Amino acid sequence: MNGPLPTSQSLPGVTGIVHSRQSHDSAHKHVTGMAPYVDDIKTPNNTVVVLIGQSTHAHARIITMDLSDVISAPGVVRVMTAADIPGRNDCSPVHGDDPVFADKVVEYLGQSIFAIVAETMQAARDALAFAKVVYDPLPAILTIDQAMKEGSFLGPSATMASGDPDSAIATAKHSLTGRIEMGGQEHFYLEGQAALAVPGEDGDMNLFCSSQHPTEIQHKVADVLGTASHAVTVETRRMGGAFGGKESQGNLPAVTAALAAHLTGRPAKTVYDRDDDFMLTGKRHDMRIDYSVGFDSDGRIQAVIFDQALRCGMSWDLSEAIATRAMCHADNAYHIPHMRVISHRCKTHTQSNTAFRGFGGPQGMVGIERVIDAVAHHLDVDPLVVRQRNFYPHKDNEESALAHTHYGQTVSDSIIADITEQLVVSSDYHARRADIGVFNKANRWVKRGIALTPVKFGISFNTRFLNQAGALVLLYADGSIQLNHGGTEMGQGLNTKIAQIVAHEFGVDMGAVKITATNTGKVPNTSATAASSGADLNGMAALNAARTIKSRMVDYLATLHAVDSSNISFADGRVLIGTESLSFAEAAKAAYLGRVQLSATGFYATPKLHWDKDSGSGRPFYYFAYGAAVSEVAVDMLTGENRILRTDILHDAGRSLNPAIDLGQIEGGFVQGAGWLTTEELVWNDAGKLTTHAPSTYKIPACSDRPLIFNVALFDGENTEESVHRSKAVGEPPLMLGLSVLFALSHALGGVGSVAYPDLDAPATSERLLAAVARMGGPGIA
Amino acid sequence: MRDYITFILNGEEQRVCDIAGDTTLLNWLRQFKTLTGSKEGCAEGDCGACTVVVAKPRQDGALVWRPVNACILFVGMLEGTSVTTVEGLSQSWAAPPEGLHPVQQAMVTHHGSQCGFCTPGFVMSLFAAWCNGTGLEADNIDDTLAGNLCRCTGYRPIVDAGLSLASSVVPDFEQRRRQREASLIAAIAHDDTVSLGDDRNQFVAPAKASEFATSYAQWPDVTIVSGATDVGLWVTKQNRLLPTMLWTGRVSGFDQIKIDAARLRIGPAVTHHRALEELAPRWPEIAETMRRFGSTQVRASGTVCGNIANGSPIGDLPPMLIALGAEVELTHGKASRRLPLEDFFVAYGQQDRAPGEFVSSLIVPSAPLPYLRCYKLSKRFDQDISAVMGAFTISHSDGVITAARFVFGGMAGVPQRAYNVEAFLCGKPLATASFANAARLLRDDFSPLTDMRGSAEYRTQAASNLILKYGLDICEGIKIRLAGPEAETSLATLSVAVPS
Repeated sequence: MNGPLPTSQSLPGVTGIVHSRQSHDSAHKHVTGMAPYVDDIKTPNNTVVVLIGQSTHAHARIITMDLSDVISAPGVVRVMTAADIPGRNDCSPVHGDDPVFADKVVEYLGQSIFAIVAETMQAARDALAFAKVVYDPLPAILTIDQAMKEGSFLGPSATMASGDPDSAIATAKHSLTGRIEMGGQEHFYLEGQAALAVPGEDGDMNLFCSSQHPTEIQHKVADVLGTASHAVTVETRRMGGAFGGKESQGNLPAVTAALAAHLTGRPAKTVYDRDDDFMLTGKRHDMRIDYSVGFDSDGRIQAVIFDQALRCGMSWDLSEAIATRAMCHADNAYHIPHMRVISHRCKTHTQSNTAFRGFGGPQGMVGIERVIDAVAHHLDVDPLVVRQRNFYPHKDNEESALAHTHYGQTVSDSIIADITEQLVVSSDYHARRADIGVFNKANRWVKRGIALTPVKFGISFNTRFLNQAGALVLLYADGSIQLNHGGTEMGQGLNTKIAQIVAHEFGVDMGAVKITATNTGKVPNTSATAASSGADLNGMAALNAARTIKSRMVDYLATLHAVDSSNISFADGRVLIGTESLSFAEAAKAAYLGRVQLSATGFYATPKLHWDKDSGSGRPFYYFAYGAAVSEVAVDMLTGENRILRTDILHDAGRSLNPAIDLGQIEGGFVQGAGWLTTEELVWNDAGKLTTHAPSTYKIPACSDRPLIFNVALFDGENTEESVHRSKAVGEPPLMLGLSVLFALSHALGGVGSVAYPDLDAPATSERLLAAVARMGGPGIA
Repeated sequence: MRDYITFILNGEEQRVCDIAGDTTLLNWLRQFKTLTGSKEGCAEGDCGACTVVVAKPRQDGALVWRPVNACILFVGMLEGTSVTTVEGLSQSWAAPPEGLHPVQQAMVTHHGSQCGFCTPGFVMSLFAAWCNGTGLEADNIDDTLAGNLCRCTGYRPIVDAGLSLASSVVPDFEQRRRQREASLIAAIAHDDTVSLGDDRNQFVAPAKASEFATSYAQWPDVTIVSGATDVGLWVTKQNRLLPTMLWTGRVSGFDQIKIDAARLRIGPAVTHHRALEELAPRWPEIAETMRRFGSTQVRASGTVCGNIANGSPIGDLPPMLIALGAEVELTHGKASRRLPLEDFFVAYGQQDRAPGEFVSSLIVPSAPLPYLRCYKLSKRFDQDISAVMGAFTISHSDGVITAARFVFGGMAGVPQRAYNVEAFLCGKPLATASFANAARLLRDDFSPLTDMRGSAEYRTQAASNLILKYGLDICEGIKIRLAGPEAETSLATLSVAVPS
């Protein structure tokens, strides 16, 4: 049962295709199995497969690597090592520190050290056992605690600060210190990493990749092969899920496939199986946050100091930007006048952690929400009171002009107070919280808890230059339109939304717009489809391209029909020219015959952004997206088993481009966030081996883990900035709605009756919950 | 003996020979038939992206449709069946005269796909339920979908799609398909032993019990395969070469449950799904735990005897079966012997099974056990291997406990009884305090391991608490439930003091 959804009918003044509920453009292909993914592409018979040989040590020198028996095994075409790379042995996104094949020192268990090129995957798997690698083990640093103790960092620690937090805490009426640790998260996209490389003429290389970032793959393949970008073309039609895990992690499969194709002259495919995917690729950063907070008796927070230590793994990957976003979200929706955030980028001998939906933001938010929870516990008040007392001022409140974040951006668009007030009413929060108090007094063996947590998420890449996008729109003389843009489709419905934007602009049915695969040969120099920016950036670029064509048509038709261009409009598949009317196809044909250019590129660069990396200040975000969730949970005091009984969500997608797709993003994001904080536990053993490397051991939410009652609605509003049709980005922000589950569990533990604070770490597995129950003097066997 | 196998794929007869005996159905579909709609998401039967539907006649001749994980199903196991893949739903084989199949249309209408990679598997799980006319209601849809993971949607739209399909009306086009499917299956039925293989390895499916027993006694090194929910992973995950596999699934009579007044005799090829049908009405407590065993797909393939024979220290069934007093029957050639199930598990990875001997039956006394309770603790509620599994039962006379069986999985190298706990309880009053005190002795019974499913501390604490939980239920009628109507009524009246 879901709350009311705004539709085009319920949005006054809006007509046409944007803002309407449309199915995913590939839905009919998904359900029939006719939507091809990389491993489904029909390949020539001479295609070879690539299997990556992995390090069996977390940190060691490679003494010798004897692959002679591998090479002579049946079905093996050749092996590839660092010595076979004609260009640079690197596939990192930024810092040049991710070798394609480690050749001297291995820095995590699972690291790529060689690859087998074989006729079949069975042959490659059989041959893998014949590799003889001798290591000289070195001491390995595996955890944040070890890295902090031994000073193992990728680079200097960073600080963002506002006001004078030290004095403010010292003079505050109350103060608290504490620590929370939260685990990482495996993306578990259902489709593993996959790339197919097909060699072309003149050393050209054509790739089909499951990637959020075809341009980066183009660059990395060119680097590895020692050629120029113009010799490499990368195409991505769709991904079977990505969630950030295919922003940089698609590079290794792509370059190994390209290298194999280059060395053999045959098409080559690298497709990770699930276990290899877990062992090779980075995950969400786990983080340890220490906090000090000063506050008054009303729960108003004067100052917070955060010490964030995140586990980056063996290399930078995208960790610098992720750490920055974690710092920038340490305030979440709260205006805290004095604040300092310190960020330690720990180097460990584990997989190089990477982008994952929220990109550090979720970890930063868990820190401040934990502070709120602890402050409320200290004052013995409902945490919601503390939350509301500290919200950024409402956008219509003149104080909002003075509400600066700790990195200096003014928060002038806050609607978090509105969202919270509406959600408190629609979820019946106060009455339910009172009922839970009664329930918990009456029940020894099951405790319930409820929490409302807000989300304020900054939209734009923190790295300014990435905030650009291109599109290519081709109008054919029959009125059909081919659409291409730099964004990639990973299930989020980006192509559907952009087709809506283009169809809307031309006033035609969506069926007139053909969505095509993302291709570096059509739109160059693209950014990753990441940071929730896909529709904002590429939608604007496509809109600009469509407008260019449209204005050329208008100019031509105005002259031809001797009407003022203001009397020409596009709607309902027709072009109205003064008192006359042509079908859109007739208009296109007329323009073609009139020698009007009917193709156009479009470009967009987000305005108003500036960021000074050294001082950690500026305006990194064009706007903020908001939302809030109320979750109620029940916990078994004897086993720690738990259940989400009900979740209510009110989320801000601005003026939604497609309420059906946005609803899907919100629900899916919430469940993924709740999974991160409850059942999804990554475990490494003492040797640095990830022991949870398949769904049998790593538990993402299953069907029955969704809330028993799940009410989700879109907030009725619009972006205060001039985003595409006043919509807001919706990819990442809903993930953080899952924090409501963690803090509802914390509330439930409070029901044990102890005065102690539960101090719950994440993921809050049954085991952690039961340990907390025991700590707090719960009813189990002592 | 035939050296090829015959089955129906999307309405067309297939004759398959000269491929490796360990070829999985998924690889065969994707590589040999270029039917790439079924996806590999894990190659271990956990994610369900490869789900296809296999139709077989029941004993009464009526067809049943089971969703199975094609990634761990060997092609030879399809002899005589009819397989429908996601592609089949869109073809004349299963499609309505116009438009999408109702199951596919429901997924589109309810926005049930985002990235689409898991979608074919969900479609096929829903299709199986739609065919069987059960599993699309609010109280069982979670079971229907427990074996399919989706990382995008959060499941709500898929559940809504499934619920919208619940209907007792079978459309005409589907009636016709079923008639055709039944006749196609009948046309390929035969009683011969079949084999499939190449120079890599052989899959042999004997048709007669005597032949099976003789073959295995003669070649004890061959690998017995039943549902392949474990052996399949030896191939896909460990890349083990199994030169010869001997399948129980085609042996006449092996899929039977024989029932008399005193006992149930479960044959070697009886699936969990089939066993659940008989066990659930007798011991409702077992039903809920078995429902969480694997998934619909795993229960459709995996067998009770296979679960026992492979000797998993965790396997959820053995603790329950030991609590029931089950015996295992082992057969070697023509000779058989019986022993209590608990004695079958000798040590980690070691069972009391001689070369050439196989688990030919599981014998379960059919006495009702009113005090039987089962508990499964896992990181995730559905489709997760237990950290701790407990199955407890007692008898009492005039309020004094006379016998106790407290069997645990996940606490030792084998499923094992808590003898100290049991001994303590005998002679004690039937009161919560007796169980609370007995629970403290659990530390003397077990020293569990720490692994990725739980620490030794958690296992010990939780297992101890389960004994208290049992006492609360048996002595005071307190059933601890997190949700549902019972959660309120059973707990609101609580007045028990915590035993000290």
